[in-house]
Amino acid sequence: MTPVIELEGLGVRFGKRDILKGLTCSLSGRTIGLLGPNGAGKSTLINTLLGFHKPSTGTARIFGHDIRSKISHIRNVVGYMPENDSFIANMTAVAFIRLMAELSGLPSEAALERAHEALFYVGLGEARYRKVGTYSLGMKQLAKLAQAIVHGPKLIILDEPTNGLDPPARQRMVRMIKEMRDAHDLHIVLCSHLLRDVEETCEEVLILKEGRIVHYSNLEEERSANRRFVEMEPIGDTAGLAQALEGLGCECAFSGGTRLKAVLSDGLEIRDIYRLAAERDIQLRRLNYRRDTLEDIFLKAMETNTNGSL
Amino acid sequence: MAVYKRSYRAYSGRLTPEWSRFYILTRYALGNLFRSKFLTAAFVMCFFGPLVCMVGIYLNHNASVLSLLHTRANQIINVNGNFFLGFLGMQGGLAFFLTAFIGPNTIAPDLANGALPLYFCRSFSRAEYVLGKLCALFYLLSLITWVPGLILFGVESNLSGVTWMWENRSLGIGIFVGSVIWILMISLIAMALSAWVKWRIAAGALVLGVMFFLSGFGAAINGVLRSNIGHYITPGSLITVVCANLFGVEPPIDISVWSAWVGLLVMCGICLLLLSRKVRAFEVVR
Repeated sequence: MTPVIELEGLGVRFGKRDILKGLTCSLSGRTIGLLGPNGAGKSTLINTLLGFHKPSTGTARIFGHDIRSKISHIRNVVGYMPENDSFIANMTAVAFIRLMAELSGLPSEAALERAHEALFYVGLGEARYRKVGTYSLGMKQLAKLAQAIVHGPKLIILDEPTNGLDPPARQRMVRMIKEMRDAHDLHIVLCSHLLRDVEETCEEVLILKEGRIVHYSNLEEERSANRRFVEMEPIGDTAGLAQALEGLGCECAFSGGTRLKAVLSDGLEIRDIYRLAAERDIQLRRLNYRRDTLEDIFLKAMETNTNGSL
Repeated sequence: MAVYKRSYRAYSGRLTPEWSRFYILTRYALGNLFRSKFLTAAFVMCFFGPLVCMVGIYLNHNASVLSLLHTRANQIINVNGNFFLGFLGMQGGLAFFLTAFIGPNTIAPDLANGALPLYFCRSFSRAEYVLGKLCALFYLLSLITWVPGLILFGVESNLSGVTWMWENRSLGIGIFVGSVIWILMISLIAMALSAWVKWRIAAGALVLGVMFFLSGFGAAINGVLRSNIGHYITPGSLITVVCANLFGVEPPIDISVWSAWVGLLVMCGICLLLLSRKVRAFEVVR
């Protein structure tokens, strides 16, 4: 399968400053998260993939098309939702989305039809004849999403899509991203500094720091790898419980005195741990999956020395 | 299925050719411009001059009127290079004021609202963007400059005969070429200044200000230095010299034609340079 995004020593320089430094990786997931602190180069990477900035070194490919030579073709199959306010204030939403669809190459009638569809899809159907300038921040974000999907792109690049949204609006946006990911043959690149959004929606995560790649993680694989890892805080015969768990094929280790960590063997369920504890009259004060959260991964990545490639 | 029930779906239909997409912006810009009643009224007023000229040309050839006034044909109005130079001067001035009002409407709102990334993330270049907006101004200003000018030329040709038309064919060419140069220059100035200040009202004031400042400054230079080099920074003087040359009449300003052409080209070049720096998806702070 052709990777969605391939970076080959990609570097971008503004004046004397290197913003991106020799990025090399290959991403194929349906949803790819771009993470990093402010100034890490996430937006610059997106802008370079869209042809807004010229690479100073290396190159990148989207669906196998080189950004240096096939940018027009790439732009035909990409939908982009920018981070900042981007709209035409004195236009109604339906006229605005129609204009964007027409600029993407749709004939006028098809553009109008799809503009209505896209606005209903993102939940702005009832407000589609209002001027975009009168929209609330959340509605503007949705209008930006509508213009990104109106021409039916194969790849949607979302730059901070939940910025400035209240919790229900954020939930709705995340739900919509998940639905697009699951129900349709398209890929999504989500650039955000909100770890929760990325964790909820993405399969692959690329973490940037100071213009370099510091970590790549396949969240799907990590989730399945960590699913058998539990941490508990038993009160009573802790050693006995550990012994019993080891007897069932688990690997156990103590940490912090009373805390017991265990990697569950195949076929063993959480209720079996409760059963063993009950048989030995042991209280379990706390029990949870102790997998590495994206926050852990992110924090570890921030401590890593940057080297540029995976 | 009803539109509101449809889910997200990819588009697999026909696409329009990429080269023709700049015209979409022209279409939308023209539609947007005529929403203003004031501008529509101002635009209609611009046809008053050509209408008066046409009536004058008609009366100039009307036997009843000529006998009533005891005069001969072409004595009321002499339709020649000077007539069309005056006509273009009047219509060009109106075109400039109209541009000062409508020009900033084309680009400034897009820049102020950060809409440029939305245009350029599609298969749509910066040159096409400028061309699309320029075409909107070109169409509009054409309707009050060279289109009525050529209609007057046609009416006069019809009344005076084919011989007159053939002998004065340079007037027809001059009307078209002179108008196009003027339209391009004032449109580029309006677009460049509105891209620079990004605020519609300020951009309109700046267009007027820059033109009047350049004229005033040029006149001051001429007065102080007792020379004519001030004309080189006065767009009105430059276009007058070029048009006078195209119409084959003595220019009222004493500067060479080629230097007037160079002056106009330099002004257009500066405007294009400004546009190329400002019309970008993102401004890079180096």
